[in-house]
Amino acid sequence: MAIHQPVDFENNVSRALKDTQLIRNIQSAMDTLVLKRKTVFSDAAEIEKLRALGNSIKTNALGKLPELLQQLEEKCTANGIQVHWAETIPEANQLVLDIMKSHGATRLVKGKSMVSEEMELNAYLQAHGIEALETDLGEFIIQLNNETPAHIIVPAIHKNRDQISKIFHDNIPDAPYTENVDELNAIARQTLRKKFEKADVGLSGVNFAVAETGTLCLVENEGNGRMCTTAPPVHIALMGLEKVIEKLEELPPMLRLLIGSATGQLITTYVNMITSPRKPGEKDGPKEVHLVILDNGRSKIYADPQRRQTLYCIRCGTCLSHCPVYNRIGGHAYGYIYPGPIGKILNPQVEGLEAAGVLATASSLCNACEEVCPVRIPIPELIRRIRNESYSNDPDSAVAGHGYKRNWIESLTWKMWAVANTYPLLNAIGLRILGFLGAKLPKVGPLKHWTRYRKAPEFAPRSLHELVKQIGVDHE
Amino acid sequence: MRTYPENPQKVYFFGTCLVNMFYPEAGLAGIKLLQQHGVQVIFPSQQTCCGQPAYNSGFPDEARRVARKQMDLFYKDCPIVVPSGSCAGMMRHHYPKLFAGDPRLDEIRSFSERIYELSEFLVHALGIKLEDQGPPLKVTWHSSCHALREMAVTQDSKALIRQLQNVELVELQDEVDCCGFGGTFAVKQPAISAVMVKDKIADIEQTGAARLITGDCGCLMNISGAMQYQNKSIRGQHLAEFIWERINGNSPTG
Repeated sequence: MAIHQPVDFENNVSRALKDTQLIRNIQSAMDTLVLKRKTVFSDAAEIEKLRALGNSIKTNALGKLPELLQQLEEKCTANGIQVHWAETIPEANQLVLDIMKSHGATRLVKGKSMVSEEMELNAYLQAHGIEALETDLGEFIIQLNNETPAHIIVPAIHKNRDQISKIFHDNIPDAPYTENVDELNAIARQTLRKKFEKADVGLSGVNFAVAETGTLCLVENEGNGRMCTTAPPVHIALMGLEKVIEKLEELPPMLRLLIGSATGQLITTYVNMITSPRKPGEKDGPKEVHLVILDNGRSKIYADPQRRQTLYCIRCGTCLSHCPVYNRIGGHAYGYIYPGPIGKILNPQVEGLEAAGVLATASSLCNACEEVCPVRIPIPELIRRIRNESYSNDPDSAVAGHGYKRNWIESLTWKMWAVANTYPLLNAIGLRILGFLGAKLPKVGPLKHWTRYRKAPEFAPRSLHELVKQIGVDHE
Repeated sequence: MRTYPENPQKVYFFGTCLVNMFYPEAGLAGIKLLQQHGVQVIFPSQQTCCGQPAYNSGFPDEARRVARKQMDLFYKDCPIVVPSGSCAGMMRHHYPKLFAGDPRLDEIRSFSERIYELSEFLVHALGIKLEDQGPPLKVTWHSSCHALREMAVTQDSKALIRQLQNVELVELQDEVDCCGFGGTFAVKQPAISAVMVKDKIADIEQTGAARLITGDCGCLMNISGAMQYQNKSIRGQHLAEFIWERINGNSPTG
């Protein structure tokens, strides 16, 4: 069962490809992110060592996930953080709403949280009479414009300054039209300050949850995350269950990997380490801290050792920035809030293959994502796995909707291909026929798609097998 | 760093399916370059395809059948030279994964260890020295993603071009950007692939080069096919054929 709407990828792509402004905005922003990452990760040997360490930290954490989650709950509880478990999105939304209701709260300020996007929390809360306001600048912009994030790290990256000027002027009461960046920032700041003052509850995501200490780590650059987690009397933190790591000493390398990959900084302006609510005698901080841990299909991914590597993801977004496909179509075309290479493997596993399996076809397997992934997720290998699951007739296949693409034409084609490439005589005869027919072949199926943009390849009159007979090679 | 055989006397040549069908002159050039440098070439006549098309499309059983056949044919303890970064990457890096859990895995690993892409073999195993006989020519170089990221041989290919005294190599601005081939990607996502190859052609054109050289026939088929479709005058050519022509003044088939 798909959790969200199935993606209409073909239409999304053709719409995106026509939007030249969108593509220009995306590409210029991605070029900047790629360059900044390269600058901060300039020592190739050091970064490779660091990526290997990142991979081993996540391998360790996912290897003992149940124990670490239990330890995290115990430590958090001992520290005064209330831990809640949600198997599904409706359960998680209900938990947040119940916490709000128990305080008679109607105003929520939100720091950036991809899990809350996954939950479509804003819409849910609004339907229950609660104002949920995004306070991260990018999220604030797209919320005003009623959009979803186009990128995991820079959600409004598909908009340029002119477009943002218009969004502010059209949607913020009394906001004058200005294209001056400082003035735009000031408008956002003034609007948000008033909201921070009056908010009943603050919500945030979690970048890493440390099991041994029960610490929630949150990085950000705007200070809105610190405001959300300290100013209102109640703080709710949302995390996917894969965000736990074992030890505090693992945090510095993970932060270096996350931040360098995400924004090309050495360290973010704010690094928040949240270990408890306000203690007696302390002058600030929330009186209550809640941690909601969401599963939403993650435990099923965890159960498969190969697919488990999907859960290593630390949501840095660098695979998006480096992806030639993402760079041509932007984030919204993927149809889910996790776009790009990680989206191609994550969404089909969470939403099922019928809804999202098509995303796995949108890769040339160029390996650019694998080359930069800070925790070395073998994304191309997992894309192949998803493709295989799409055709698999193995009843033990684990991904929902497995075999949905199985059809006799494609199965037979590959069977024939295997036969032709195992029995060389057949191969040679087939080739000779193809060479003879050459340009007379009808332009159907794959050849039709190929020749829409390219000249059809011409079969050589004499194959290499024939040509080598004329020179002195040992044939065996 | 990879180690290379010293003074190899005898090698296998794996021609690849695309070279066999569409660009046999590239394969022939590769073989003759090796022979010209004193290496005996074995070309098992039953060889076909590395299996990558099925492997990448989600049909690992079919890929294994075809891969197993190749491994049986190239059984001697001899380097296997491949005129493609992508097919070499498949045989060197993906076969051990494709056959994970196979009782013959050690044998498969030692097969994979013997795989070399043509450029790296010419540069590191043979230390080839090229004497250019051709007229002045400006070229650019396109690296396949797998030559770049799996086999890491791009520098070797470019070093070979740079040895040619009358050839000026103008590099692409965005050399690491995929050309949009990706095997079945080009036909499963034709619209995205088309934009990628269009961008690649624009990059090729801004170099002012008269010829595009590449070491992979998948990319060549894609880029050349799109350039021909758009009536561009720039010609695409496989590196092996290009080198052969430059140093011998004739076509490998001639």
